[in-house]
Amino acid sequence: MVKPSPHSRPAPAPVPGVVRDTAPRGAALAGKPTLETVWTWLSAIPDPEIPAISLTDLGIIRDVAWQGDSLVVTITPTYSGCPATSIINLDIEMALHGHGIEKLELKRQLSPPWTTEWMTDTGRAKLEAYGIAPPRPAGGPQHCPHCKSTAVERISQFGSTPCKAQWRCTECREPFDYFKCI
Amino acid sequence: MSTDPKFEFLCRMGDNALVLGHRVSEWCGTAPVLEEDIALANVALDLIGQTQLWLGMAGEVEGAGRDADKLAFHRDVWDFRNVLLVEQPNGDFGQTMMRQFLFDAWHLAQLTALIDSSDKEISAIAEKSAKEVTYHLERSSDTVIGLGDGTEESHRRMQAALDLLWPYVGEMFLGDDVDAAMKDAGIAPDPASLRAGYDQLVGDTLAAATLSKPEDDFAHRGGKSGARHSEHLGHMLTQMQWLQRAYPDATW
Repeated sequence: MVKPSPHSRPAPAPVPGVVRDTAPRGAALAGKPTLETVWTWLSAIPDPEIPAISLTDLGIIRDVAWQGDSLVVTITPTYSGCPATSIINLDIEMALHGHGIEKLELKRQLSPPWTTEWMTDTGRAKLEAYGIAPPRPAGGPQHCPHCKSTAVERISQFGSTPCKAQWRCTECREPFDYFKCI
Repeated sequence: MSTDPKFEFLCRMGDNALVLGHRVSEWCGTAPVLEEDIALANVALDLIGQTQLWLGMAGEVEGAGRDADKLAFHRDVWDFRNVLLVEQPNGDFGQTMMRQFLFDAWHLAQLTALIDSSDKEISAIAEKSAKEVTYHLERSSDTVIGLGDGTEESHRRMQAALDLLWPYVGEMFLGDDVDAAMKDAGIAPDPASLRAGYDQLVGDTLAAATLSKPEDDFAHRGGKSGARHSEHLGHMLTQMQWLQRAYPDATW
């Protein structure tokens, strides 16, 4: 599998359900873009609920492949009921059509189920910079994403999206989201 | 309703998740504290997501053009295949969490067994769901312990909830022809085979919660076969299904 490349341009501002892209619409391509190019395009699509990270940072794009003249993108959901899933599919369709991909198939893959281990190191760093403590196998945040104190405690196992829990820092007194480790 | 045992089995899995998911979602905006409100809504969301997977597959297996939404919103009460436990009303917060715990403990054991299913699609759905339900069980057992071994008032309420709901536990472990067909095909475990592990886990949690398991193991039945739902399911469906029934062609 080709590794995703880092962002080549800043990700657009997030508006749920609306996707803009900078490529000319319907631009006819001379040939098939390479898979590496497609990964680069995908890495520029922000997660609709946590726009600080991209879909490839999140690790939910499991495969990109050409089948004849069709591009097949395999996606795994984070949580089975996550409402962002349909927006993510729409975002991918809009972005790739915008880059001139005409025949596109989005494939849902349930197994193996998504794990936070698939989140990239870049993604983890971006989460922390955004104020969300990245997932850790230890089951809790390493430190407060704001003041870096290790004096943190859990408020609730669940948070504002299915993938997060609520914690607080007893040092700087700020509450913060922790990305659940699954 | 089709009599294909695989379709029946998938409806049972989907309807358990759907009915409990809807019940739990009834708390949205009215839970005792904000964190619990959010937690309940998240659990409901997971369950509704799992419903889409199970009922979506049920529709494919049936091959009559019904998708997950059609099955969820256009079947009447006698076509539902959920166990009686999940359709019981929310009661107070303690009763809701006791119902959740009693179901989660069975649900996780069932999903864990289904990961080894001979049916690859069922195995994949189970593997995905088991991750979410592990988290549900962690929370519901913690809450049962916290409230059971809490104040005099919370203890009293949790014991009352357990006494009320215990007669609905047995149905989850009673097998019938559908279960036998699933077991023979290597698709699902014999329900009775999950009982010992369940009793162990539930016994340990209730002990930590200082709650006493009722001695009588009488079990109400009729939910998973659809023969005899309690009166509560029909009332719930009038809320859950009214829009799709009043406006059958409505789209989002």
